Amino acid sequence: MSKSVELQDVDIYYGTFKAVEGVSLTVAKNAVTAFIGPSGCGKSTVLRTINRMHEVIPGAYVKGKVLLNGEDIYGTGVDPVNVRRTIGMVFQRPNPFPTMSIAENVLAGVRLAGERMSKSDAEAVVEESLRGANLWEEVKDRLDRPGSGLSGGQQQRLCIARAIAVKPDVLLMDEPCSALDPISTLAIEDLIRELVEDYTIVIVTHNMQQAGRVSDTTAFFNLAGVGQPGRLVESGTTSDIFSHPKEQATEDYISGRFG
Amino acid sequence: MATTTMPTRSQPSSLIGGQLPRWATPTVGASAVAAAFALNLTTGLAGWFGTAIVAALVFLVIQSIWSFRVEGRRHAVDRLATTLVYSTFVAAIVPLVSVLFTVLVKGLAVMSWAFLTDSMRNVSPRAEGGGVGHAIVGTLQQVGIAAAFAVPVGILAAIYLVEYGRGRLAKVISFFVDVMTGIPSIVAGLFIFTAFVLGLGLERSGFAAALALAILMLPVIIRTTEEMLKIVPNDLREASYALGVPKFRTILKVVLPTALAGIVTGAMLSVARVAGETAPLLLTTFLTQSYNYNPLEGPQASLPLFIWDQITSGTSASVGRAWGGALVLITIVMLFYITAKLLAARFAPKG
Repeated sequence: MSKSVELQDVDIYYGTFKAVEGVSLTVAKNAVTAFIGPSGCGKSTVLRTINRMHEVIPGAYVKGKVLLNGEDIYGTGVDPVNVRRTIGMVFQRPNPFPTMSIAENVLAGVRLAGERMSKSDAEAVVEESLRGANLWEEVKDRLDRPGSGLSGGQQQRLCIARAIAVKPDVLLMDEPCSALDPISTLAIEDLIRELVEDYTIVIVTHNMQQAGRVSDTTAFFNLAGVGQPGRLVESGTTSDIFSHPKEQATEDYISGRFG
Repeated sequence: MATTTMPTRSQPSSLIGGQLPRWATPTVGASAVAAAFALNLTTGLAGWFGTAIVAALVFLVIQSIWSFRVEGRRHAVDRLATTLVYSTFVAAIVPLVSVLFTVLVKGLAVMSWAFLTDSMRNVSPRAEGGGVGHAIVGTLQQVGIAAAFAVPVGILAAIYLVEYGRGRLAKVISFFVDVMTGIPSIVAGLFIFTAFVLGLGLERSGFAAALALAILMLPVIIRTTEEMLKIVPNDLREASYALGVPKFRTILKVVLPTALAGIVTGAMLSVARVAGETAPLLLTTFLTQSYNYNPLEGPQASLPLFIWDQITSGTSASVGRAWGGALVLITIVMLFYITAKLLAARFAPKG
């Protein structure tokens, strides 16, 4: 079941450094929301606060509220481990576990969390997740081979399969195609459009065409200035942001008139 | 193209420089050796060692000058550096091979099934015969107990330092681990002797010896495990966290397996390091000439003590047994090492 996410006046810090300031944004469920903006403007940082991965870095913390279907994931007593099971993540570089086979990688989220599973259930989850990630046909004959032996694009789809195997409500993708060739990129983009039927998806991308192709909503982030925290400039439907943005900075960035 | 370059020497191409002929190196080498021998014979200086040094120096000088004249400075320096690298490699490997060869030849001279299984009970130092069986038992038990203590503690300490330790405590521990690496092994023996024998009033035993060895193993294991954990990519930890896997399970199921090959190697290196230690054993267990299968009670022999004892006896029979003991010790360490490498290869990340 997919869920909506709402950020309310979120400030994000690395130690004493304020990286992102005052972000308020609603991410609709069963839609793809794209975060765009120049490097270092805090898109990835915002993404990582949505499943509490930001605080993995020593000294990093968040102020403000992030609501998952109205429930604050930064509220007292909330276990970040449970948040991350509900809100999955795919990273920029494909990172399958090198000691595990393809099937073990898919099951990693379930197995490592300590859940027991019958062999037939496990096989069902592997097939379902790999089919979900459009990888089943390519790897079904070598499920016991190491995951690191796949191509970069296949590895990334394996990581997506691994993320959806734990059945999250929201899927965060941090530049999932930036290390991939155009054909693999297309495969992932098609996959994102399929996954949105079942998941709420947030994707960070540097590729404007990609944002245009896959997203329903786009949020543009920018730095207020050198050394200033990043902030959300504007957000809206992707067609609005690309055809008639309200802010000059957004138009400059999208049309390429930007440093 | 450049039409205004400085006039160059009458060479067909600026890309081809002077080159020494192919026969240059062997010829210079042979003449250097010949010159060194001639010098040695005429002046009667030094032995074969001095001759080798003279030959190397003559070779270096002739080659450098010749190369400099024909090929220029860069090639001369290249040849000089290459020669130095090769000769230092040989200089490092000669003693190693020499030691192994000597141990092998002298050790095999006394080797037999009886030597491996007999003890020295009722064998006088002058008599032939006897064996290292009791010492093998002692070494295996003591090193085994030491590893049983030091490997888990060391790995857990390293996990703390890499995955959890922040701030002052971690820095202090890290510092003392470095200091411990340099502890003379006899100090470890003294510590156990003081704490175990004097402090607790317990008798010296193989177990006390094992504790002293464990102290020596710890820093090696902590250091190597720490380095191995540090090179596990942070991506993998994050990937695991993002799947909703708790931190300790991430460490147990993702980080440790990825680093396992290196950790096993480190543990084996520490075993190899302590298997040959003699000094701490002198203080913590008395030598015996008989089998003692109980590390908790009474004196227990071990291979290093056996070797030391046989050498100090000084008879030709006992010195022969000492060489045999050395060969057995090296073989045991080597078997450990090979086993560890096989295990590590089995667990190493595939792909």
